[in-house]
Amino acid sequence: MVISIASGKGGTGKTTVACGLASVINESVYIDCDVEEPNGHLLLKPGILKEEPSYKLIPKINYESCDFCNKCAEVCEFNALLNLKSEIYLIDELCHSCGACTYFCPQKAITEANKENGKIRIGETSNNILFYDAYLKVGEASAAPLIKKVKNAYKGNKTVIIDSPPGTSCSMLESVKDSDFCVLVTESTPFGFNDLKLAINVLRQIKIPYGIVINKYDENYYLLDEYIQKNKLNLLLKIPFRMDIAESYSKGELLTETIKDYRIMMLELLEKIKTEIVEKEYV
Amino acid sequence: MFDKKYKQIVILSGKGGTGKTTVATALSEIAEDKIIIDADVDAANMHLVFDYYINSEYDYYGGKKAEINSDRCSQCGICESVCRFDAIKDFKVNRTSCEGCGFCFRICPDSAISFYESKSGVYSECELEDQSKFYFAQLLAGEGNSGKLVSEIKKKANGQAKGKVNWIIVDGPPGIGCPVNASLSGADFVVIVTEPTQSGLHDLKRLINLLKIFKIPSSVIVNKFDINIEMSKSIEEYLKPEGISVLAKIPFDKQFIKAIQNSKSIIEYDHTYGKRFKIIWDDIQKIILN
Repeated sequence: MVISIASGKGGTGKTTVACGLASVINESVYIDCDVEEPNGHLLLKPGILKEEPSYKLIPKINYESCDFCNKCAEVCEFNALLNLKSEIYLIDELCHSCGACTYFCPQKAITEANKENGKIRIGETSNNILFYDAYLKVGEASAAPLIKKVKNAYKGNKTVIIDSPPGTSCSMLESVKDSDFCVLVTESTPFGFNDLKLAINVLRQIKIPYGIVINKYDENYYLLDEYIQKNKLNLLLKIPFRMDIAESYSKGELLTETIKDYRIMMLELLEKIKTEIVEKEYV
Repeated sequence: MFDKKYKQIVILSGKGGTGKTTVATALSEIAEDKIIIDADVDAANMHLVFDYYINSEYDYYGGKKAEINSDRCSQCGICESVCRFDAIKDFKVNRTSCEGCGFCFRICPDSAISFYESKSGVYSECELEDQSKFYFAQLLAGEGNSGKLVSEIKKKANGQAKGKVNWIIVDGPPGIGCPVNASLSGADFVVIVTEPTQSGLHDLKRLINLLKIFKIPSSVIVNKFDINIEMSKSIEEYLKPEGISVLAKIPFDKQFIKAIQNSKSIIEYDHTYGKRFKIIWDDIQKIILN
């Protein structure tokens, strides 16, 4: 069972919910796919067992065979290769590692070499949560290849919690695709509401069942509740706005350990998700 | 860009949800002779606060997509074997996985693959009540290349800016990846909005490392500073040796949430903050113009 946690807007509480859920599941796996800003480790405090560099493939020109025919630059859709007639210049931030230049070079003058684009860490928490996260190298532009790698780092049958980055573009898509269920975390503001609708659009497009958690819930903002009722959306949980929660989070504490009713909320949330997934499988 | 007279300020945070848009809208309303850009193209929010009308809308083409024409396809499977993005299964291209590299299109022995420019978003050039230009965008669900869209909008805005404005204010996206890099090109100064949480500090450090690569000066606003005074102090301690000043510390105040809920900027909603942000804006100007 793979459960992803996402939201269009940043700062709605994805990581607190993801870590909260991971901590109430027996022997879960937590994967932090927010490779630009991984924060799960701050709450789960895993012991890191292994740290390894992650690489992307980039073309390497063998100038003994290269005759500057320009084919590689022609087939590169991303303008990552510039033919300067004395050198083939690579702008590696633009390279998508598609391999076309290597294949189509008539002189076979291109091989692919590894370039470090980040690191992946594997660890375990004291309460047996298997932990994975990754750090995109500062200055590196594309997150999706690293997200794919950290997602595929775990191979097994345990329940996996995927903590997605904010937004609705390729990074979020890469994180949530292939999950059995997605929890969208939003907040009681027009910003949260607007971005929730964007995230719902993505999930509908890729046909992933989802439910909604309203964090920092404020009953005065009724537009979100109205929208959820009117469209018969699956509201899983409302987490009230409370200072004790905000303070505990700011210290980097795991809320299921410090705030009693937060743990109960997470257990309720888990039960609801399980029901959803079971229904999906046996209907 | 040597003849540019205006200065470009980007509001960033690393971590999402620290209050970038709140700060960016407040500064935008105070600044005079400006252009405003919402560079959070994944999840734009500034337009929910501003009163604006749309001058023109533009389609954004972020790249190409491949499509297999089943009438011509002999099902040899070569395309699937060369695609590194797992975008081809059962002789069909999955649009959201396709990165538009064209490898399949070029290698297909049956010429059965078409490769076309595909629309991946729209962006709007708007006008605010004070006749300032305001740009925001909407990327279509799950599309990539958000950095390229940010660059395209900035190019449009720069074209409008010459000789007419003093400031370009950019509300940036969260993170440190491709759209953030694009929002930083041509920036003169970054206002970092952080919060006193473990995550806030962790992500702030990553952002500051990125700004070092770009060599762009910055200053920090600690938002919701009294949620954890200790943590706020840790942030200030960290910034000192980095040579980065703290512009302001803003308390946690429900007025900010109420302002957003009423679709107003904080300075419109609560005049005491109008004064405070005026001081912040004056300080930013001083730093930049020195």
